Amino acid sequence: MNSFDSNPATNSLISSEADSQRTLYPYVTGTSVVGIKYKDGILLAADMGGSYGSTLRYKSVERLKPVGKHSLIGASGEISDFQEIMRYLDDLILSDNMWDDGNSLGPKEVHNYLTRVMYNRRNKFNPLWNSLVLGGVKNGQKYLGTVSMIGVHYEDNHVATGFGNHLARPLLRDEWRENLTFEEGVILLEKCMRVLLYRDRSAVNKLQIAKITEEGVTISPPYSLKTFWNFSAFENPTHGAEGSW
Amino acid sequence: MDVSAGDLNAPHSMGTTIIGVTYDGGVVLGADSRTSTGMYVANRASDKITKLTDNVYMCRSGSAADSQIVSDYVRYFLHQHTIQLGQPSTVKVAANLVRLLSYNNKNMLQTGLIIGGWDKYEGGKIYGIPLGGTILEQPFAIGGSGSSYLYGFFDQAWKEGMTQEEAEQLVVKAVSLAIARDGASGGVVRTVTINSEGVTRKFYPGDKLSLWHEELEPQNSLLDILSTGSPEPMVS
Repeated sequence: MNSFDSNPATNSLISSEADSQRTLYPYVTGTSVVGIKYKDGILLAADMGGSYGSTLRYKSVERLKPVGKHSLIGASGEISDFQEIMRYLDDLILSDNMWDDGNSLGPKEVHNYLTRVMYNRRNKFNPLWNSLVLGGVKNGQKYLGTVSMIGVHYEDNHVATGFGNHLARPLLRDEWRENLTFEEGVILLEKCMRVLLYRDRSAVNKLQIAKITEEGVTISPPYSLKTFWNFSAFENPTHGAEGSW
Repeated sequence: MDVSAGDLNAPHSMGTTIIGVTYDGGVVLGADSRTSTGMYVANRASDKITKLTDNVYMCRSGSAADSQIVSDYVRYFLHQHTIQLGQPSTVKVAANLVRLLSYNNKNMLQTGLIIGGWDKYEGGKIYGIPLGGTILEQPFAIGGSGSSYLYGFFDQAWKEGMTQEEAEQLVVKAVSLAIARDGASGGVVRTVTINSEGVTRKFYPGDKLSLWHEELEPQNSLLDILSTGSPEPMVS
């Protein structure tokens, strides 16, 4: 989908020496974010890794943040661009509050704002190198959407970024249903995050799960998942075929 | 001598080892002293720990020119900020000013920075600002090409709540280990310790450091070894 454009190796077609203002490639990156709708609202999960190329350099990066009273954002991609997006969003929420009119921006509006920002930057060949998940609840209405670095945006009952699209979404297509309880939702997300931990090179075993309901936002403290390696097939996999793997 | 372009999208390696560590009461910043242009060591005794204000210092890595100009701008802004504020700047403000420059000029700058200092509100703080302009507050930070060799070391050796002596020794040991393996790091180890009492600069020349694997005790001359050695020191 956007893999061609977001792959740094192929952007030599769109970059040249004369350009002084464009993000060529990301440096410190976060990996997948996974989000689902559940009975009371939205659940988001993301690990706390900040990779620097192939090095797992930072292991306490918070990639899930509240936005105003009704929304939650999760980001993958370049962390410095995410920090800048948070500044834009904090300004947006502040301006909204200054109206002091009793109204407040809901998740649908914030998602739309982000879409415009991301798409306009893409048109100027200077993207914010992120894939974002935006979830929230306002007046009982649950909302879950995603925006990519080129402005592709959509809503669904479950969304993910990066590797999450390939590994988590199939699991969610199979096992998600309406009105999951909080416990069921967490277990489902943890199943997705565990698979990502096994199969995504940039995953780190330290994650947070965030919940947003009509009452507000809660972001869990960092924690780690158990992993399972004790299968007989893992013990001596090349037995009878030395040199294989 | 063929130099391959390599993977252009991998982060650039930077000549230097820089470290910043918090301890119970302040921070210790450390760095090597080698500045290289290609294979040549242009300066073997550089000072990579630069003062931003009386209470905030910055470790510089990557392009010498880029890191120097960033420090010059931030020093200028912080000077004015201090006058307006009427009291010493906080470490957070200093770090965020550096971030602004790093982030907004990300396409042109190639410098990784570690900001460390002490203020009366938050005590000792370390902020890492790698390539791209991400800002991360950390209990300790490492940077520069030499830091690749220190991730495992710090995973094992770092502890919360060290004393000033423990923190300084950790920093010196770490820079020394990185110098042993990184060609782009070398020279002396410099440290700057910042706490409520002020700033202390320390200097550790090569002979003050421990020897690592396959390193030998430096001698004045072979002649000294021959005279004190066993009957058959020269083996053919």
